[in-house]
Amino acid sequence: MNKETTAPPEDRKTPPGTPWEALRRPRFLWSLWPWRSLGYLASTVLTGTVLAVLISPITFPFLSLGSALEEMVQGQNHPTWFLAVLLGLGLALLLAFGPLVSVPVARLERWRVRLVHPRLRSGHRPTGKGALRWVRIRYTEAATWREFAYLLLLVVVFGYVSWTVVYLFVLMGPFLIASPLITAFGETVALFPWEFDTPASTLPLVAAGLVLLVAAPYAVAVTAHAHAALARLLLDDRGTEGLRSELVEVTRSRARLVDAFETERRRIERDLHDGAQQQLISLAMQVGLARMDAPPGSDMERTLTSVHAQAKEIIGSLREIVHGIHPKVLSDRGLPAALPELADRSAVPVRTRVDLSRRLPVHVENTAYYVAAESLSNVTKHAGATGVRLNASLDGDTLVLETIDDGQGGADPDGGTGLTGLADRVAVVGGRIWLSSPPGGPTRLRAEIPCHPSG
Amino acid sequence: MSSIRVVLAEDGALLREGLAGLLQRFGFAVAASVGDAEALVAAVEEHEPDLVVTDIRMPPDFSDEGLRAAVRMRRTRPALPVVALSQYVESSYAAELLDSQNGHGIGYVLKERVVDVADFADTLRRVHGGGTVIDPAVVRQLVRRRSTPLERLSEREREVLSLLAEGHSNARIARDLVVSEPTVGKHIGNILAKLDLPPDGTDVDRRVMAVLTYLREQPD
Repeated sequence: MNKETTAPPEDRKTPPGTPWEALRRPRFLWSLWPWRSLGYLASTVLTGTVLAVLISPITFPFLSLGSALEEMVQGQNHPTWFLAVLLGLGLALLLAFGPLVSVPVARLERWRVRLVHPRLRSGHRPTGKGALRWVRIRYTEAATWREFAYLLLLVVVFGYVSWTVVYLFVLMGPFLIASPLITAFGETVALFPWEFDTPASTLPLVAAGLVLLVAAPYAVAVTAHAHAALARLLLDDRGTEGLRSELVEVTRSRARLVDAFETERRRIERDLHDGAQQQLISLAMQVGLARMDAPPGSDMERTLTSVHAQAKEIIGSLREIVHGIHPKVLSDRGLPAALPELADRSAVPVRTRVDLSRRLPVHVENTAYYVAAESLSNVTKHAGATGVRLNASLDGDTLVLETIDDGQGGADPDGGTGLTGLADRVAVVGGRIWLSSPPGGPTRLRAEIPCHPSG
Repeated sequence: MSSIRVVLAEDGALLREGLAGLLQRFGFAVAASVGDAEALVAAVEEHEPDLVVTDIRMPPDFSDEGLRAAVRMRRTRPALPVVALSQYVESSYAAELLDSQNGHGIGYVLKERVVDVADFADTLRRVHGGGTVIDPAVVRQLVRRRSTPLERLSEREREVLSLLAEGHSNARIARDLVVSEPTVGKHIGNILAKLDLPPDGTDVDRRVMAVLTYLREQPD
C-alpha cells in the first residue's frame, strides 16, 4: 500500500555534550573535544589566578593567617588573639563581600563552561529594581551561596588541579621526550633526585614522556569533565530542573500527537480517494451510459439526467473535501508546487515566491502548508485586502514563511482563535510566529520553522 | 473506418472495467487495460496503441507514476497521444506533461470528467487527432493567476483562451460565446500578439503555444 511516511523516531546519534560522553566515542582523539577540554583547563588556570589577585582585598586576613601559621611551624610565636582576629576578620570579610563577587563570577563561569558542557541556567530569582532589594534577595538565596562555594573552590582547588594536569601531562610530556636533545647539547636534565647527562641514559625519560603525552587527552578531558560537573552541581538552576524535563516530555508528546493526527488525515484522504470517490465516479459513469440508452424525452431519461447531475455535484464536493483533508500535491511535490496551487485557490489574488532548493522534512512541509492556508483564509475573511504576497525561503536551517497583505491591518491575536491556533501549531515543531498589523495595514505574518536536513 | 486502439491504465478495478465498457460503447478498441505504471509501459510496447488513457496516481507509490510513465513514453514515441486522468486540479502536473512535444496530442482532465460519457469520448478523439485538451478547471485556475503576460489579456480574450485550451475549434468557440467566427479569429490574433507569439513561418502550432504560455506561467 502507500508508502506514507510518518516522521521516524529520532534515533540519530546526537553529538556528545560533555568530554565524558565524547571519551566513549571511537573518534574521540580526532575530535575537537581534547582541545576544548584543554582550552577549558587553561582558561581555568588563568581565571583562578586573576580571581585570586582580584579578591585579595577580602582574602588578605586568611592569607596572613596562612603565613602566620607557617611561621609558627618554623618556631616563631604569635599570640592567640592575633590569630583569632585574623580568622574572625577573614570570615567576616568573606561572608560580607563573597556573594557580591561570586554572582558575577558565576555568570562568567556559566558562560565559560559552555566550552565543554551544555548550557547551564542561573538559579537566581528575578529581583526587580533597587540595589537594596537586589542585596536582600541575593544574600538570602541558596543559589548565591552555592555560587560562593564554587568561587572558593575555583580559587583554592580547581585552579591548582587544572594547572597540575596541564603541567604534568601537556608540558612535561614534550619536555621528557626532548630530553635526549637537551643532553646532547651538554645540558643536564634534573628530575627529583636523579640527574641525566647522556642521551642514552634519558631513554626511560622519553618512554615516560610518551606515556604522559598519550594519556594527556584523556587526563585533560576527565579533569575538564569533573570540573564542569561540579560547576553544574553548584551553578545550575536546581529548582526547575524537574519541571524542565517534564516540559521536554510534554513537548514531545504534543509533537507525537500532531504526527498521529497528520497520519490519520492521510489515511482518511486515501480511503476516500481509493474507495468512495472511485465507486461514485464509476456509478455516475454507468448512469451516464444508461441515460444515452433511455428513450429521449421519456420519464426515465429525465430521472436519469437528474440523478446524473446530482452524482456529479456530489463528486465535486467530495473532491474538495478530500483535497482539503490532505493535499496530495504537497506530499508528492512539496511546497514549491503546493503553495502556488494553494494561492490559485485563494479568493484574494496572491503573488507567490517559493525559493527552496530542497525538500523539507514532512512535518515542516505540513506545518508550513497549514500556516499558509490559514493565513490566506484569514486574509480573505478579515483583511479586506486586494492583494497578498506569499513568500517561502530558507534562511540557513530555518524555513521562513511570510504573508503580507495590503488590507486594513489591526489583526489582533487575542481577537479570535485563528492566530493563536497558528502560533500553537508552529510552536509544536519548535517554530515561532511574528505578527505586525498596524491599523491601516499592511499586515505581515512571519513564521519561522526550524528544519534540519535529516529531520 | 478502423477503431482507435487504446491502452488503459487505472488501478481501481471497478473504474477500470467501467472505463473499458465506456470506450467500447463509443467505438474504441481496448487493446489492454492494466493496473499500474509498469504494466502500462509494457502494454504500450506490446500493443503499440493509437492512444493511451492513464490515471496519474497509481501503484506502487500512489504519487504520479502514471504521469511519469506517460512523459517517459512520449520521449521514445513523440507521436503517442496520451490522456492523463487527474484526481485534482494540479497545474504543476499538467505543465510537466504539456512540455513533452509542445503538448500536441495531450489531454489532462479531471478523473470525474469520465462521468460526462459523450464529452469524454469526444475529448479522447480530439487528443487522438493531435489536439490539446486541458480540463476547464485547470485552465480556470491558471487564468486567475494575474501575472504577466496573462494580465495583458482582456476578460473576453481569457475566455477564448480557456476554450482554446480545451481543444475546441474556432467554430465551437464562436458557438459557446455566441459570437461570429471572424470575431473569434480576431480575439485569437490579439491573444497571440499579446503573448508574444508572432507568426514566424514555422509549423509550431501557435494555438498550442498560447495554451502552454498559461501553463508555464509561474506566479511570482
